[in-house]
Amino acid sequence: MRTTRRRRLRVEPLVLLGPGLAYLLVFLVVPLGLVLSYTVFQRGRFGGIVYEATAENFTRVADPLYLDVLLHSVKIAGITTLLALALGYPTAYVIAKLPAKWKTLALIAVVLPFWTNFLIRTYAWIVLLNSQGVVNSALGDLGLIDEPLQLLYTDGAIVIGLLYAYLPLMVLPLYSAIERLDPQLGEASANLGAGPVRTFLSVTLPLTLPGVLTGCVFVFVPSLGNFVIPELLGGGHSVMVGNLVRDQFLKARDWPFGSVLALTLIAVLVLLLMAQAWAARRFSGEGDRA
Amino acid sequence: MRSRWAFAPFWLTYLFLYAPIAVLVVMSFNAADTPYTWGGFSTHWYGELASDTKIREGLVNTLIVATGSTVLATVLGTLLAVGMARYTRSKVLGALATLPAILPDLVLAIGLLAFYSAIQATLGLHSVLAAHTVFGMAFVATVVRTRLTHADLSLEEASRDLGAGAFTTFVRITLPGLMPGIVAGALLAFTLSIDEFVIAFFTAGPKDPTLPIVIYSMVRFGVTPEINALATVLLAVSFTAVILVQRVTRLTDSLR
Amino acid sequence: MTLVSVRGVTRRFGEVTALDDVSLDIEQGEFFALLGPSGCGKTTLLRILAGFERPDSGEVLLDGADLLALPPHRRPVNLMFQSYALFPHLSVEKNIAYGLERERLAKAEIRERVAEVLETIGLGGAARRRPDQLSGGQRQRVALARAIVKRPRLLLLDEPLSALDKKVRAEMQLELKRLQHEVGITFVVVTHDQEEAMSLADRIAVLHGGGVEQVDPPVALYERPRTRFTADFVGANNLFHGTLRAQGVEVAGVGLLPCDVPADAALGTAVDLAVRPENIAFTDAGVLRGTVLDTSFYGGQSRVSIAVPGVAQPVEVTAAGASPVAQGAEVQLGWSPAHAVLLP
Repeated sequence: MRTTRRRRLRVEPLVLLGPGLAYLLVFLVVPLGLVLSYTVFQRGRFGGIVYEATAENFTRVADPLYLDVLLHSVKIAGITTLLALALGYPTAYVIAKLPAKWKTLALIAVVLPFWTNFLIRTYAWIVLLNSQGVVNSALGDLGLIDEPLQLLYTDGAIVIGLLYAYLPLMVLPLYSAIERLDPQLGEASANLGAGPVRTFLSVTLPLTLPGVLTGCVFVFVPSLGNFVIPELLGGGHSVMVGNLVRDQFLKARDWPFGSVLALTLIAVLVLLLMAQAWAARRFSGEGDRA
Repeated sequence: MRSRWAFAPFWLTYLFLYAPIAVLVVMSFNAADTPYTWGGFSTHWYGELASDTKIREGLVNTLIVATGSTVLATVLGTLLAVGMARYTRSKVLGALATLPAILPDLVLAIGLLAFYSAIQATLGLHSVLAAHTVFGMAFVATVVRTRLTHADLSLEEASRDLGAGAFTTFVRITLPGLMPGIVAGALLAFTLSIDEFVIAFFTAGPKDPTLPIVIYSMVRFGVTPEINALATVLLAVSFTAVILVQRVTRLTDSLR
Repeated sequence: MTLVSVRGVTRRFGEVTALDDVSLDIEQGEFFALLGPSGCGKTTLLRILAGFERPDSGEVLLDGADLLALPPHRRPVNLMFQSYALFPHLSVEKNIAYGLERERLAKAEIRERVAEVLETIGLGGAARRRPDQLSGGQRQRVALARAIVKRPRLLLLDEPLSALDKKVRAEMQLELKRLQHEVGITFVVVTHDQEEAMSLADRIAVLHGGGVEQVDPPVALYERPRTRFTADFVGANNLFHGTLRAQGVEVAGVGLLPCDVPADAALGTAVDLAVRPENIAFTDAGVLRGTVLDTSFYGGQSRVSIAVPGVAQPVEVTAAGASPVAQGAEVQLGWSPAHAVLLP
C-alpha cells in the first residue's frame, strides 16, 4: 500500500492536472506575461520590440489625446451599463415572478439573440439606423420628420449597439439574484409595516446588490474593450480604447503602447471584480456565492 | 409593483431584442437591390448566398476550428476540473482556470498575437484553433466543476471497494456521472468558437478567414441584401441549436 | 478463530484524534457492531478496514496477513455505504455485476451469480431497473447484494438502516440477520443506534472519544456495563456518584445506596452506581425519597420522573401498565443490590 499510494499521489495528479495547466501556461500565462513585459520596452522602428526599458509608454497615456479617448470610452460603457440596468432590473424582476412554465420560456427568449452571431446583431442596427433605414423611413412616413435624422455613426448608435449586444448578460445575474430571494422576506417587511417602495429599497435592493454588480461588470467590461461596434456603428467618428489597442497592434505596430492601453482594460476589470466580491461578502452574507 | 406599467420595461426589453432580428428576416426576402427598401418578395438573395465561395470557405474554416478546439477543450477542461477537485484547493489555480472566460477578448487576442510572433509561428487555422481552445477549456472546466461539487464521492469509493482500479473507476464511474456537464461544456465551447470574432481576427492567417471574419469584411465594405439572407440562415441555425441543446441537456439530466 | 485483528491503531486529523490506540479482534463468521455517538471514531475505523483511510500508527491483520498493505480494490473486504452509493447510470444487474467484472470472471458465471443473489434478496423482477426507480428498502437490498456477490471475507455496513423509515427498518433488520446466517460472511456494522446494534450483533464494541470502552455480547453489555459512558449510552440508566463503602455507595446528602460490593474492592474510592429504570420499584421502605415530577404512558409501560433531593438528575423509573403514582406524590424508591452495577 505504501508504494502504490505514493505512486497514486504522483501519477494521477500529473495525468489530470498536467495537460490543462501546461496548456494554460503556454497559451495564457506566457502571452499575458509578454504583453505585460512589453509595457516597459520601446517600439522598434519598423514595429517589433526593442528590449530597452522605458517609462514613456505610461506617460503617453496621460497625453490629453489618449486620456480623452479613455474617458470617452468609460462614459459610453457607463451609459450603456446604466441603461442595461434600468431595462434589465424590471425585466429580471418580472421574469422571476412569472409562473415556472413561462419563466423558462422568458429566460430562453432573453438569451436566444445572444447565441446569434455578434456581427450580424450589430449589422441589424446598421439596417435600422441608416439614413434610408427602417427607423428613418418609418418616421418619414408618419410625417414626423422631413429629412432623415443622423442616427447611424453617432455615440448614441454605439450605445444602442453595445446595449443590444450585452443586455442578456445583465438580465441573467439579476434574475438569479432576485429568484434566490426568499419571498417571505418581502412578506415579513410588509407585515412589519413597510410599503412596497420601502420594502424594495430596504430589503430587495440590498440583497440583490451583488447580482446588480455582477451584471454591471458583465456589461461594462466587454463594452469598454469592444472595437467592432464603435467601428461599425460609430463609423470612425468616435474612437474607443478597444479601437486604439487594435490600431496600435495591427496598424501603427506600436506594441508597447498598445500593451499599456490593454493594461488599463485589465486594471478596470480587476477593480470591478474586487468591488463585486466585496459587495457579495457585505450584502449577501454567504460569501462568494453570488 | 403589481400595476400595469411595471410590465412596460419587460415588454420593451423583448421588443428591443427581437425587432432588429425581425427586420433582418423580413428584408432577406426583399427583391430589391438595396437592403433598406422593400421591393417585393423574392428568395433571390438566398441563391446568391449559396453560390458565394468566400462564405462557403469561411464556413468550412469555422467548422474546422470549432470542432478541433471543442475536442481539445473538452478533454483538457474535463481532466483539469477533475484534477483540481481532487488535488488542489488553490485559489490561484482556480482563478487561472476561469481567467480566459472572463478576460476581455481583446486582451487575450493581443497576448496570443504577441506570443505567436515571439515564437515566429505562421498564422493559420491552427493558430486560431489553439487560441479558441484556451477559452473553450475555461468554459468546459467551469461547467464540469459545478457538476463536481454536487458529485457523490462515495460512488468512486464504492467502485474502488468493488475491485476497480483508478483508471477503470474514472472511465466507468466518474465520467458517466459528469457527462451532462461535459456535454453542456462542449456545446458551449463549440457555439462560442463558431461565433468568435476578435481573437480569430488577431490570430488567423490572411488566407483562411473564419466565417465571422468574412462577415466582418462584408459588413464593413458595404451593406448588401445578401447579408440579410446570411443573417437569417445563421439565426435559424442558432435558434435550432439552442432548442436542441435545451432538449439534449434535459435528456441527459433525466438519464442520471 | 480470529478473522480481523486491529492492534494499536491511531488516526489523527489535524488536532482531532479520531482513533486513539484502538485494539480489538473480530471473530470469523460473527456479526460484529461498532457502536458509538457521532465523532467517536467508528466510521474512521470502518474506512481504515475498507482502505479509504490509513492509520498513523498500528496494524490491521486479516487472517494473520497485513491488510494495510493492500489498496482498497485488492482487499477481500466490501463496504455497504450509508448512502448505498449505487451507480445511478447502471441498472440493478449492472450494479451488482460491476464488482464481478473487475475480477475478470466469465460472462456466464457473472450472469449466474447475479441472478442467484437477486433471488436471495428477492429482487429478481427488478434486474433491469435503474436505482432511482427503486424504493429505499429495495436500494438497500441492491447495495447489500452488490457487496455480498463478491463473497468477501469481511462485509462492512455503514449505518445500514439509518436511511429507511421505521417499518422497513424492522423488516430489513431481520433480513440482514437471515442473510448473514445464509452466506456465512463476517459482518461488521457501524451504527449510532444502540437498539439496532443490540438486535443485530453477536458482539458489540462501544466506542467513545476514539477509544474502545467495552466489547461484549448485547446482554452482557446491557446488564454489566463496565464504564460510566457505556452505562449511560446503552439503554436508559440512573447514575449516582458517591464513595464506595462495604455495604454500598454513599452519596452525600442522600444516604447509602445498596449494591453488591466485591471482596477485593478498594473501599473509600469515588465510584458511580448505575441502576436501570425497570429495576427500581416503589416501596414503603425505600432508600430514596422524592416527589413525582412527571409521568408518561408508552402503551405497555409508563415512565415516571422523580425529583430526589441531593441527586442532580431526576430519577427515572419504569412501571408496567399505567403509572401507579400521580404527579406531585411523595414516593420512596428501592432496588435489590444485585441489580445495581458498580462502575469504577
